[in-house]
Amino acid sequence: MSLALIAALPFLGALLPGLMIRAGKNACALVTGSVTALALLMLGLNAPAVLRGEVVQTRIEWIPSLGLNANFFLDGLGLLFAGLILGIGLLIILYARFYLAKSDPMGQFYTYLMLFQGAMVGIVLSDNILLLLVFWELTSLSSFLLIGYWKHLPEGRQGARMALTVTGGGGLAMIAGMLILGNIAGSYDLSVILQNKEAIQASDWYLPALILILLGCFTKSAQFPFHFWLPHAMAAPTPVSAYLHSATMVKAGLFLMARMWPVLSGTPEWFYIVATTGLITMVMAAKIALFKDDLKALLAFSTVSHLGLITMLLGFGTAEAATVAVFHIINHATFKAALFMSAGIVDHEAHTRDLKRLGGLRTLMPITFTIVTIASLSMAGIPPLNGFLSKELMLEEAAHTAWMANPWLIGVLATIGALFSVAYSFRFIAHAFLGPVRSDYPAKPHDPGFGLWAAPALLACLVILIGLFPMLTAAWLVNAAASAVTGAPVAVKITHWHGLYAPALWMSLAAIGGGLMALGLHPRLMALWTATPRPEAKRIFDGLMEPFATLAGRIANGLHDGALTRYIAIGTLAIAAVCYYAFDTGTHAIGTRDLMPVPPVPALGWLSLVLATLAIVIFHRNRLLTLVLVGIVGLMVSVGFAYFSAPDLALTQISVEVATIILMLLALNFLPKATPVESAPLRRTWDGAIAVIAGVGIAALAYALMTRDPAFQAISDFHITNSKPGGGGTNIVNVILVDFRGYDTFGEIIVLGIAALVIFALTEALLRAGPANDRLLAWKPDQRRAGDRHPMMLVVATRVILPIALMVGFFIFLRGHNEPGGGFIAGLIVAIALVMQYMASGFAWTAARQKVDYHALIACGVLIAAATGIGAWFNGLPFLTSAFGYFTIWPLEEFELATALLFDIGVFLTVLGAVMLALASLSRIGLRAGETVNTQPFDIDPSEGRTLNSEEAR
Amino acid sequence: MMSHWIAAPVLLPAIMGALIVLLMRNDLLLQRVFSLVASFALLAVSLALLIAASTEAPEVYRLGDWPAPFGIVLVLDRLSAMMVLLTAVLAVCVLLYTIGTNWDARGRHFHALFQFQLMGICGAFLTGDAFNLFVFFEVLLIASYGLMIHAGGKDRLRAGVQYVAFNLVGSSLFLFALAAIYSITGTLNIADLAVKAAALSEGDAALFRVAAVMLMMVFAIKGALVPLQFWLPGTYSNAPGPVAALFAVMTKIGAYSVIRFGVLVLPPSHPITGTLIADLMLPAALLTLIIGALGILGATTLSRLAAFAAVASMGTAFIAISAFTPASISAALYYIVHSTLAGAALFLIVDLVVDRRAHDSLRDALPPIAQAGLISALFMVSAIATAGMPPLSGFIGKLLVLDALRDSAALIWSVILVTSLIMIVGFARAGSTLFWKAHASAPEGDAPHHPAQALAFVAVGLLLAGLVGLTVLAGPVIDWIEGTSAGLFDTSAYINANQLPEVK
Repeated sequence: MSLALIAALPFLGALLPGLMIRAGKNACALVTGSVTALALLMLGLNAPAVLRGEVVQTRIEWIPSLGLNANFFLDGLGLLFAGLILGIGLLIILYARFYLAKSDPMGQFYTYLMLFQGAMVGIVLSDNILLLLVFWELTSLSSFLLIGYWKHLPEGRQGARMALTVTGGGGLAMIAGMLILGNIAGSYDLSVILQNKEAIQASDWYLPALILILLGCFTKSAQFPFHFWLPHAMAAPTPVSAYLHSATMVKAGLFLMARMWPVLSGTPEWFYIVATTGLITMVMAAKIALFKDDLKALLAFSTVSHLGLITMLLGFGTAEAATVAVFHIINHATFKAALFMSAGIVDHEAHTRDLKRLGGLRTLMPITFTIVTIASLSMAGIPPLNGFLSKELMLEEAAHTAWMANPWLIGVLATIGALFSVAYSFRFIAHAFLGPVRSDYPAKPHDPGFGLWAAPALLACLVILIGLFPMLTAAWLVNAAASAVTGAPVAVKITHWHGLYAPALWMSLAAIGGGLMALGLHPRLMALWTATPRPEAKRIFDGLMEPFATLAGRIANGLHDGALTRYIAIGTLAIAAVCYYAFDTGTHAIGTRDLMPVPPVPALGWLSLVLATLAIVIFHRNRLLTLVLVGIVGLMVSVGFAYFSAPDLALTQISVEVATIILMLLALNFLPKATPVESAPLRRTWDGAIAVIAGVGIAALAYALMTRDPAFQAISDFHITNSKPGGGGTNIVNVILVDFRGYDTFGEIIVLGIAALVIFALTEALLRAGPANDRLLAWKPDQRRAGDRHPMMLVVATRVILPIALMVGFFIFLRGHNEPGGGFIAGLIVAIALVMQYMASGFAWTAARQKVDYHALIACGVLIAAATGIGAWFNGLPFLTSAFGYFTIWPLEEFELATALLFDIGVFLTVLGAVMLALASLSRIGLRAGETVNTQPFDIDPSEGRTLNSEEAR
Repeated sequence: MMSHWIAAPVLLPAIMGALIVLLMRNDLLLQRVFSLVASFALLAVSLALLIAASTEAPEVYRLGDWPAPFGIVLVLDRLSAMMVLLTAVLAVCVLLYTIGTNWDARGRHFHALFQFQLMGICGAFLTGDAFNLFVFFEVLLIASYGLMIHAGGKDRLRAGVQYVAFNLVGSSLFLFALAAIYSITGTLNIADLAVKAAALSEGDAALFRVAAVMLMMVFAIKGALVPLQFWLPGTYSNAPGPVAALFAVMTKIGAYSVIRFGVLVLPPSHPITGTLIADLMLPAALLTLIIGALGILGATTLSRLAAFAAVASMGTAFIAISAFTPASISAALYYIVHSTLAGAALFLIVDLVVDRRAHDSLRDALPPIAQAGLISALFMVSAIATAGMPPLSGFIGKLLVLDALRDSAALIWSVILVTSLIMIVGFARAGSTLFWKAHASAPEGDAPHHPAQALAFVAVGLLLAGLVGLTVLAGPVIDWIEGTSAGLFDTSAYINANQLPEVK
């Protein structure tokens, strides 16, 4: 538990700063620091065991089936890194307390910092590579927040995005690499993977896994060619740069290479990829660092260079080189963090970190000068400081390693790298602190308070101590960590003097001499540097990202630009193509059914159907005509149903036709009467071709299906057999609707009800104050109105028809169970009868005389249908189970009563309510558009010869 | 034991919807109370059903007491129980948000339509009958149209027309497919279909293949699979925020149906359809993911970004589904649960932002919004979840998908991982414009004002808490889902539950 707790503590601690900031900055920093200190203490408690060579483990099951478990282990390498992360973290918290300005939200800063810290500790303690991935990406995310901390700075935002893109992308590659690795080893637990060197290196997947994992490491540790994000991440506040970009996050890649060293290293692939990348990075970045005037940029490239150095050492693949790498990790963390903090101090006090504007700070900032001098000399590799020790060892290793059988290449390049390193280190001291005091600093520089310089001073002390007494102060840690990296016990011997015959001595001297010379020639070299063109990483990155984002937007938004015709055209073509493909790749037996004879009358009906449809295509711009033609189509379809012995369908179809055509005609009143031309002829031809393809396809499918017998006995046979005995009705269609598949009907009446509600809600939305409402208010009838809009003849006729129509509806409803009819058709018939009343005398006049709320009709219909179904529960039967019985009441004959009838009442009411609500909604639009309200049932009373309804009445 | 409770997730919202229309249509407070009560009741019922389904074999509810395949049956198995529960959880959160932001006051009948929508969704998940599935597709289509155009407005109405028009193409196709299937096999019950489809003769192969792909393409339209995804971005980005959040589960109905039919009726081992479905689905799913990711990166408005994120999530889900193995289906199911919650949370957060900004564009920075700190944190969390970054469930889901598809790793892994990067960049750009760049253009002085809307934040918080729960409890959740997946592939359990008559 304790290891998991160490990793969890910073995350838990991340919750505190946001709250504690209310108690003041000191309290906030103190609480944050205490959490880190506590974690460090817990780590310390585990240290003795680790130093004895034990491995401390904590295992918590998380997702066993995926192999992703919260397994942690602590060995020497983990101890080293966790100690660095927590220890330097503590110093950074102290430093940040005094660094951040009053206006900076400190609580937020510490929260992000703790999130980051937790993620880092998680990485180095993970015993499960999937868990490690989780923490890995978390560092990318939290560093995104930290780099972008100063939200108002564009560099911060861009730097944050660039860092996230590069390191996050590398992390994604690593996911693939880790999954492959886990697949080979059969487990995602590091402790298992580390035992499987042979299997992994023998696998065909070794190289892909290696490359993918290294992509993650190289991006994170800013190795060439992914180094470019690091300098831009320097837009972050300096404590962030010191912590993430020198001491910890960028070392995560190194950590992982060290962690995987036992299984991945030792192959030529490893050597050539890792060592070469490290070497190139080291030399190239050191050279660039020399020409940077911004202190933080100088340090950033120097960091890249040193990361390259360590990468190279790990790449050598020998235990000795790996040990040196571990030692240099410690040393680099101490001097580089001190330098970053000092650069921050200079920036903080002098308000600039441009070397061109600095100089002469030696006397103004003596403390800072001392710290910088110690740390810089260490960075340059000047004895007896710690940087010297590890650099000597590095040069020694480089001198003994051959590259492509070339024994001196690495040695020479490493010396050149060291040379630049000396040069830029001295330049930091010389150009910032030495020289005459200037009069044009942006602010009057002076040493800061103790709080700000305490942390770098402590690190500078470590630089000296490790430098003077390496065996006492650092060897134990190096031994523990290096043993963990190499998998074999390491006992390092660190000395200042390796004898006159050690090549490192001479390489070192050459580097120092050359470095000083380079510094002397710096103005000239600088001129040369400025004159040579070189790739600007940010411009290339932006040059790739921006066009890509634009292209992505073009593709995605261009495809989805709201062109419905294209959407449907592509969809239809795709459907047709896939169907054709599916058909073409299967075997097909031609159907065996005979075709029916075609008598002349049905043929005539068919012809009129076809002609009407074609006419719609031709005349569709005339909307009124189109509606008439749709009516013909509907009528012919109804006739077709009747002809093919489906009277129920025919009745339904015809009443649906009438109701919908009436509603559409009413709606058309407020719409333009003609459809504008919106597409070019070519486009129409193309669309027409697609329509023909789809139509022909469906026709062919229908033909193929109707000319064959089903492969199995259809379920309809059961319906035919059981309609009367089981459902109590002889009209099978109706029994299917209200009984066999009453549940479908239940759903469909709700669809109808919803449609009416939507029409109502939509009307309400139109009638609220807004452009649509304004248009309605300003609406002028675009067609001449009838002189007698509510003719008396129509009024009288509809009044006479009403009771008859209601009786017909009632009759159709009752007979439905045994003869064609039923609730659905009856509802439509009654609705049409009522609609006629409204048409005759106007909606408002009629509505005032029968006050039924159509909402209630719909709701009651649904509720009655549901209640009928639920009634079956009281008999212990499922929803919608029907019951029926036969009764005789004198003087009537025996008749049947079925619960299905109740259900059908629900259907009836819903249908009626839905049609009427749609009508009511349309009439509301009419009223808003200036329709008058009748005071009398008809406009002109012929007996008196005068107009009864004045146009003004509203 | 026949339990009437199986029908409750359909009947409860249906009756409540009707009651709201009948009794409460003029009082918003009443509607809110009862809509919320009904949603919590649905949550309780679906939780009980899930517990029942976890331990028992699939259970069939014979509507009208007619035996399958002649009547309609509801089938409760672990998969349907899970989807219904997911719907109920989402419904409660979305409803709380709607009430908290007063969205329901901006038009009529929100709560009635909301309940009917729930009825449609639950009905689709529970039915064991192909035609009944069509009916419920219609219920949820018309209800979702009503919700989508809630509160009106020109752009929304236009997008609504496109939504309905495209989905009516789907409805027609569904009818064609059902007609073809019924004409070939003579049945509509899904279990019966599974039995009979496997016994079809060679001569029926071509037509049955056509019917099969037609049916699957209907579901692909619902699930926004390329090239049938066109309706989604416009619809989701123009729908009211909470409605778009509820729609997060609508695309999953497509995925659910594909899984249901793809495993039970048209498995890759099917003598006639074979790997036809899987072969067509994989490239389409990869393209869907790519289009979604490109859309996130190139989004012009925040709403469209969220809409394309929905497209991308369906791409990932369909990639996993297309392998049709127990492992890949478990991965898909976990991812579906995750992406429903994450997608809904994202849409709600987008709504919070849009409501506080003068416009929705991502091109221009605007001054900081009210409650920016909290909203930006929520946005970050939901972006991490949606893009599939650690540590949230999106990452676990993605790992599961990658792990399940290791056999064709090179192509699938590259697409999934590269699109992840594109999505991360897209979200980072959007977030930095919205929440960081705002400070560069901030006028000094008055802080922006906006009502606090605690309930809305609670709703978003609940969804995100769901994601955290899905992450922390990933072990047991995935165990349960693997059981579900294994149960699905044991098709005999589902078929036996239907008690089909002996074939003569």
